[in-house]
Amino acid sequence: MKARLAIHLASAALALAAVAFAAMPAIAADTPDPVADAKAFRNYFVTKFPDVKLEDFVNGPYSMNEDMRRQWEEKEQFPPYEFSLEMGKEMFARPFKNGRSYADCFPNQGIGIRQNYPYFDPGKGKVVTLELALNQCREANGEPSFSYVADEMAALTAYMAFTSRGKPFDIKIPDDPRALEAYQNGKRYFYTRRGQLNFSCATCHVQNPGERMRAEILAPALGILNAMPIYRSEWGGMGTISRRLTTCNSQIRGVPLEPQADEYRDLEYYLSYVSNGLPISGPGARP
Amino acid sequence: MNMTGSSITLRLSVLSLFFVLAIAGARPVQAAGSETDFRAAYAAAEAANTEAGRLRNQWTVTAEALAAAKKAADKGDFDHAIAVAKEAEALAKASIFQATSEQEAWKNLEIR
Repeated sequence: MKARLAIHLASAALALAAVAFAAMPAIAADTPDPVADAKAFRNYFVTKFPDVKLEDFVNGPYSMNEDMRRQWEEKEQFPPYEFSLEMGKEMFARPFKNGRSYADCFPNQGIGIRQNYPYFDPGKGKVVTLELALNQCREANGEPSFSYVADEMAALTAYMAFTSRGKPFDIKIPDDPRALEAYQNGKRYFYTRRGQLNFSCATCHVQNPGERMRAEILAPALGILNAMPIYRSEWGGMGTISRRLTTCNSQIRGVPLEPQADEYRDLEYYLSYVSNGLPISGPGARP
Repeated sequence: MNMTGSSITLRLSVLSLFFVLAIAGARPVQAAGSETDFRAAYAAAEAANTEAGRLRNQWTVTAEALAAAKKAADKGDFDHAIAVAKEAEALAKASIFQATSEQEAWKNLEIR
């Protein structure tokens, strides 16, 4: 009798151990590991494009196509974003009605800090992008906020990006479960298929960079935000990150979310984090 | 049973009259039914699209189909309006399916 009981107990223990062991990889796969993600992300692109220098990925389609690159280099002699840059510089320096200015809202007076955005704000429990921080600054000083997809926001972020040119992205994920959750949400958004065309961000920018989508050459996801904001010939003007993300959604026949929705902020957090170490190159120009 | 020619003619006339009356009588009912059917089809499509919105995954083509259905109904073309409303519902349901299945399927695309 005792022997039978012992056999039953041993069998049960063995079964439990087997179940626990089988469940382990699944748990591990679902646990966010940003450091491992960023490493895998970078390795994917470096392996896929062995001839592209790591820091050149920030130049998007120009890093993938020699002809386009030559045209772009010539265009950079008189860059199409120059007017926006000048406008942004002037706007940034102009005081608000209360006498304060943008410089009062940012570390280091707002100069050379683009590479640290977005960041996770533990007070609000949310991701704060540069565009959002600029509007928060305006509102805190009694000024109306700018549209996230309009020229003024593009000009301001163009100027701030310009003062950070060459500085590597340095996005931090603090030891806070909410920050990790925001990162994971951004990652999920990036890989989730949406719209009638059933595309995810990754469909174009992971699976098909360097390939043509109609007349466009798709940019790699690695370093894709480093050049923002951008002048797009297709738009005939400047575009913010918000404009780029909402337009992407429309192009795949999905209804865009409101600019600076949590999903977009988290997506920016994820994409910026996995491009850590790559230099800011904005403002940029794209076809 | 022996039927005369005039008896057959009379019966056929009565039968024809019955069909004519039936068709004439059915027409107004059918038209009223179409508008009601449109309202039901449009409400079903709108409900599905609202659910897609709750899942943060509406499609532009669904909104376009809903607008086209309403436009057709405003013109009194209920047959077309119902067809487009049903298309809108199908699109909205597809977007719901996409959002639901992607809750796990996105992991298949992830770089690891």
